[in-house]
Amino acid sequence: MAVPANLKYTTEHEWLLIEGDFATVGITQYAADQLGDVVFVELPETDSAIEGGVVVGEIESTKSVGELIAPANGTVIESNQAVVDSPELVNSDPFGEGWLVKVRLDSAPENLLDAAAYDALTAE
Amino acid sequence: MLREQFTERHIGIDAAAERIMLDTIGQPTVDALVRAAVPASIHVERFRQAGESVLPAPATERETIAELRELASRNTVRRSMIGLGYYDTVTPAVIKRNVLENPSWYTAYTPYQPEISQGRLEALINFQTMVTDLTGLDTANASMLDESTAVVEAMLLARRASKLKTPTFIVDSDAFPQTKALLAARAEPLGIELVELDLASFANGDASYELPEAFGAFVQYPSASGLVWNPASVIEAIKEAKGIAVVAADLLALTLIESPGVLGADVAVGTSQRFGVPLGFGGPHAGYMAVRSGLERQMPGRLVGVSKDADGNPAYRLTLQAREQHIRREKATSNICTAQVLLAVMASMYAVYHGPAGLRAIAQSVHEGAVVLADSLRAAGLTLEHDSFFDTLCITVVDAQAIVSAARQRNINLYADGDDRVLVSVDETTTYAELSVVAEVFGAAALPETRQPRASSALPSELLRTSAYLTHPVFNTHHSETAMMRYLKWLADKDYALDRGMIPLGSCTMKLNAATEMEAVSWPEFAGLHPFAPESDVEGSLALITQLERWLTDVTGYDTVSLQPNAGSQGELAGLLAIRGYHRSRGEVDRTVCLIPSSAHGTNAASAVLAGMSVVVVACDDAGNVDLEDLRAKIEAHASHLAALMITYPSTHGVYEHEVVEITRAVHDAGGQVYVDGANLNALLGYARFGDFGGDVSHLNLHKTFCIPHGGGGPGVGPVAAKAHLAPFLPGHPLAQRSLHAARVDAVRDASGMPGMIEHGGGPVSAAPYGSPSILPISWAYVRMMGEGGLARATGAAVLAANYIAARLREHYPVLYTGDNGLVAHECILDLRPLKEATGITVDDVAKRLVDYGFHAPTMSFPVAGTLMVEPTESEDLAELDRFIDAMIAIKREADAVAAGEYPADDNPLVGAPHTAHSLIVAGAGAGAGADSASGSGSASGSGSAADGGWNHSYTREQAAYPVPSLIRNKYWPSVRRIDQAYGDRNLVCSCPPPEAFA
Repeated sequence: MAVPANLKYTTEHEWLLIEGDFATVGITQYAADQLGDVVFVELPETDSAIEGGVVVGEIESTKSVGELIAPANGTVIESNQAVVDSPELVNSDPFGEGWLVKVRLDSAPENLLDAAAYDALTAE
Repeated sequence: MLREQFTERHIGIDAAAERIMLDTIGQPTVDALVRAAVPASIHVERFRQAGESVLPAPATERETIAELRELASRNTVRRSMIGLGYYDTVTPAVIKRNVLENPSWYTAYTPYQPEISQGRLEALINFQTMVTDLTGLDTANASMLDESTAVVEAMLLARRASKLKTPTFIVDSDAFPQTKALLAARAEPLGIELVELDLASFANGDASYELPEAFGAFVQYPSASGLVWNPASVIEAIKEAKGIAVVAADLLALTLIESPGVLGADVAVGTSQRFGVPLGFGGPHAGYMAVRSGLERQMPGRLVGVSKDADGNPAYRLTLQAREQHIRREKATSNICTAQVLLAVMASMYAVYHGPAGLRAIAQSVHEGAVVLADSLRAAGLTLEHDSFFDTLCITVVDAQAIVSAARQRNINLYADGDDRVLVSVDETTTYAELSVVAEVFGAAALPETRQPRASSALPSELLRTSAYLTHPVFNTHHSETAMMRYLKWLADKDYALDRGMIPLGSCTMKLNAATEMEAVSWPEFAGLHPFAPESDVEGSLALITQLERWLTDVTGYDTVSLQPNAGSQGELAGLLAIRGYHRSRGEVDRTVCLIPSSAHGTNAASAVLAGMSVVVVACDDAGNVDLEDLRAKIEAHASHLAALMITYPSTHGVYEHEVVEITRAVHDAGGQVYVDGANLNALLGYARFGDFGGDVSHLNLHKTFCIPHGGGGPGVGPVAAKAHLAPFLPGHPLAQRSLHAARVDAVRDASGMPGMIEHGGGPVSAAPYGSPSILPISWAYVRMMGEGGLARATGAAVLAANYIAARLREHYPVLYTGDNGLVAHECILDLRPLKEATGITVDDVAKRLVDYGFHAPTMSFPVAGTLMVEPTESEDLAELDRFIDAMIAIKREADAVAAGEYPADDNPLVGAPHTAHSLIVAGAGAGAGADSASGSGSASGSGSAADGGWNHSYTREQAAYPVPSLIRNKYWPSVRRIDQAYGDRNLVCSCPPPEAFA
């Protein structure tokens, strides 16, 4: 399953679209498939400070709960209200309309994987 | 004379069947089988001589009933006017006979398989609607364990929901004493600080204090001493300061006075006991909780919601389950899993039967009784503490005890609140003549012979209820007994309970709940006692409790037992709080780490957190056992902080772990305590005892191992059993008749050498001192009729049945874990992941297809995702076991046909299951169409064209409904097709849908 090449990935199955100091964050198709039907998404408030590695939100499915883990220190500049209103977007378009938060990064996130490395991780 | 042994009735496998089954698994005898499976190091005879058991020789069913009659005759049922949250009530006979005494209701399981549970799910959504209507809030859950635990849960909810960081929670000083005691016991380990305030005086401006900053506050409405006051200003002040306002409200009073929701409350809690559920010496009863919109996800317990099935029809199911501890473990909203379904059903049916006008009339008559009595007392010059009241009067007297004694002479129990106040509560059953007696007891004149018509009210006019309630047709239709009887039958017919067939749920132990065991539950001598009745009134019940306590110590190898926890989860909590208390008493306050294997039930972790512990997970090895290396490493890493290990035995994987002695020793060596989860005791009884192989404390599930029926999701009883060193920290209760409990004979003897008693000195975990005593005769009767040998035989039969299923299904589905000699314990895990890999058919598909074959599915995806855990119990006979095995094999064949391309992946008997009669007959109903809707991929292929009126599937109608011939004469039809889980979670509806929804 090839993931978009323009994104970076974490071992926690999140993706990042990094544009300068800003990053859009979501969960990968693999993570969405593992969770199953997403029914509820809780995201951090705009302007809230986040700390890398710390849980800042939840993605709840009918049978499981996934955590949104901040990829680095920074500030939330936007949470995706469309996903809060229609959680199924996480399943139907995880790399697109199902994005979760946009953050301004204090520093570059570390230990990110490129698409090939992430594909290798999920192929295991 | 013929002496028929109950054991032969309880165990389903006879001698001929036993031979066949033993031959199948290759064991000479049942005893040899169990001895081969259970590690020799823990066999009970290593720890005690034969004949040492204190269990009496088994009695027959008739002898047992006679003994229960004798115990019952030692209770004295007086008219209870004690109140404090427990009020006598009339259980409509139609509800008693058709619900409480009907196995179609009491033998059902928690409705995790919603397609075969629509009847009780409807009854529960009626309950939720009743509670939301009466409380004026938006969403109610499907019951809580009792009022006091509901208040505790509301406090915990407030702490989660409030953004305030303060540890303070405000408690109304005029709240029930048992609730205050429970709050204190539960707050302390969590660092919550309680501040008790006279909130009524704050509301009327008399308070000399300011409200402190608090994450929440709790108001009793009406108050414990009977005052009806308006808490709106207190609620507003709490909310203004960003706290959460909790109101414990009396449901019957709410038919006359304004609802908590209208007064601004965020959360309402309480009990539905007085809606037709007997006092029962304290329980079981259904507590309730309702919340305003926005707090639903913070709510503990089970919640029924409306979704739709594969044909688009409305269907009920448990919703927002991801909040619960089997998903969230230590992050769950609560540790509670079992609710009080049977009692919630009874209470909801009381409302259905009486309707809004009937309930209001009952409340009005209760209130008028209280007013009549108040007038008479005032006329005699007595002082009433409050002028505004609903059903409870608080009378100031010189000598409260003297009044209470005088009333007792006249067969009425009152409550002395301190030295100079007496509480008198009027209820639905109180007669005019009894009110007259009470008046006389207080020195007032007897009431006039004929009751005067009255119009006056002692309710504040500003609080008179104006909002409507129970307007849904269900509460306005079934008011004749014929209609009520038929409604109950119609609902029961939708459900699959033990009266239809086997429910092979792993870890749930759905064994026989014998009729003789159930007999005494509704006897007035057990059902009619108030939990705080004087000790001399309840001698028979206390004798029964003491005997049961002693028997349970004997079979578990512990020194003492508390029957107070009214669910397994509460037993866990009580046990962990005892461990915490023990460590602290020794000055080891830092011992707060609780080790829990990754295979453990999620409740373990949730309970540990509520006991103020932090959870550290221990890995399991490939065979499913606790990884000893990892255990040792974790013990070392947390050495001085180690509080306990929680281990389930046999394991949640259904295996007798070989190294259990090694495991418990390692924990003890490091100064920790061992908590053995007794969920699987059914596989051990008579062969090994927790207390012998290193357990310090355990909870048992009387609703699993000891035959209390599951009631469709409660009641449960979760006694906590412990070694003597933990006794001082086991649950006590401020209003208990006794603090002494039975001790195991060889543990404590009194001066004369007789078995002694041990004091339980911890805080309470249930509202009532003995939890849910009215159902204890069930377990008492079971042990009495089985005796030591019968209990061991039951264990053997349960292990035999599980190993027989494993042996016969192994070639079709891999058995995931086995222990010594390749044997399983009393349950086996069938691994369906290879099937899914090969055929695309999921655990869900197999579970739902089993409905078409006339079965309740085994436990799904616990403890391992993608598996089925099968526990047949000792009560099923070989024919039923074979019917199940044959169904599983036939389903495997169907799945293979999908893999072979004989059926399309999206249109086959499995993904289309379960099939309703309607879906087979009516054109375009769409059998097979909705199969994928649950996964959200939206495939709709395979549905027939609505226009041609024909069946348009890759399989025939006959294959759908009658895959095996035996079904032709015995077919269970589900009332809905597969339910869309995601739709229900995304579109939360938790009260009765309008009738048009079903058009």
